[in-house]
Amino acid sequence: MSRRYDSRTTIFSPEGRLYQVEYAMEAIGHAGTCLGILANDGIVLAAEKRNVHKLLDDVFLSDKIYTLDDNIACSVAGITSDANVLVADLRRIAQRFKLSYQESIPVEQLVTNLCDIKQAYTQFGGLRPFGISVLYMGWDKHYGFQLYMSDPSGNYGGWKGTCIGNNSQAAISMLKQEYKEDETNLNDALKLAIKVLSKTLDTTKLTSERVEMATLTRQDDRTVITILNSATLTKLCNEYEEEKARLEAEKKAKEKATPSKAKK
Amino acid sequence: MEFLIGFEGKDFVFLASDTSAARSIVMFKQDQDKMTPLGKNTMMAMCGEAGDVSQFSEYIQKNLQLYKIRNGYELSTKGMMNFTRKALAEALRKNPYHVHTLMAGCDSTDGCSLYYLDYLSSSVKVPFAAHGYGAYFVLSLLDRWHKPDLTKDEAMILLKKCMAELKKRFIVTLPAMMVRIVDKNGIHTMPPLLEKDYVTMDTVQDGEPDRSIVRPLIL
Repeated sequence: MSRRYDSRTTIFSPEGRLYQVEYAMEAIGHAGTCLGILANDGIVLAAEKRNVHKLLDDVFLSDKIYTLDDNIACSVAGITSDANVLVADLRRIAQRFKLSYQESIPVEQLVTNLCDIKQAYTQFGGLRPFGISVLYMGWDKHYGFQLYMSDPSGNYGGWKGTCIGNNSQAAISMLKQEYKEDETNLNDALKLAIKVLSKTLDTTKLTSERVEMATLTRQDDRTVITILNSATLTKLCNEYEEEKARLEAEKKAKEKATPSKAKK
Repeated sequence: MEFLIGFEGKDFVFLASDTSAARSIVMFKQDQDKMTPLGKNTMMAMCGEAGDVSQFSEYIQKNLQLYKIRNGYELSTKGMMNFTRKALAEALRKNPYHVHTLMAGCDSTDGCSLYYLDYLSSSVKVPFAAHGYGAYFVLSLLDRWHKPDLTKDEAMILLKKCMAELKKRFIVTLPAMMVRIVDKNGIHTMPPLLEKDYVTMDTVQDGEPDRSIVRPLIL
């Protein structure tokens, strides 16, 4: 359609759209799913691992989830090389704040700072936008536990539960139905994350090789970020499978006991 | 000849500064306020080079105000202190600010704290501190009499003790002191401390000398 308005990012189309930004979001729609859920006593980030090659050396425990500071971690979806650059930037921003104030950066300030950088690439310089969306989880003394999502346009929002990447819309509608505000604790959030991920990933069974998860909690007045190891993940996946099987069996038993009205 | 003093009490911090603005042999005014509020519960007292004091204190105050407006919340006292320290440190090897600072604040998270910053941008959290020549006289008094759980009345008495010592031994008179208290409810201004409020505390009295010590000339 308006193809000649595509090549430069710094131009509006006649309909008032920024095509490069939209194409960047397209790119993210093909990337591995990441989802985040806010609980009363912590936050969960879960991500689909796409880099599962037999020959890959497992140096890093996690390749989608990164720690940014003592109190903030993030998960990225999109072009990995862009992600590396922006994660480095995020860490630098966090430490620069610490250099000035000797305190950990409040979560929203970190998000805002990065989003201003992302926005610059949509307005001037003639460079393409970054092809990543980021989910941030963090704790600060002003607003407690927080979950943010930022996209290539430089827009961000605070969320109780959200998803980016492949099949994110399906995941978000599932979260909308299943998430219970004020009643979700960390264990509920972990279970919900597994449930949503297994439905949105295109596999029959969820295993610890396909997924990574991290939690952020407060213990003894300190923020603790834990990247779950494969044993814990396997346990969670198995619990989910058992729960699923149990519900299936209950459903079947119910159907047997009360025959459906359609059969009449 | 400027003098700043501060000390911690039970859930509050006391800051007092002298009120004279003078250059060389001339006294410009006797009611100069040397303290700047940095937030709802943080206050800074600054003395030193004239232009530097106003320039730097305003710079810090306005930047901290900008932070509050941008983010919807203030920095903690520790954050404000480190911001000030860093600004001093960065200017040190370019265009140094010759200012002496005391910063006092009460946070909901960290409690009450007093910080001593000097013109070389060193900084330290202390229970009591003073700047100026007067410091040489009062620090030992504070060593002797300061306790961490002073009440506000005891703090006032301690300040009066310090001022009485200065009246007795310091060559320059400090006619009035601006006194402020910071606690979790905010910054409170006390009435200025004048000489008459502490001059009865074993200092030289004005008026008749004590004749009982004079021996009669002719027995």
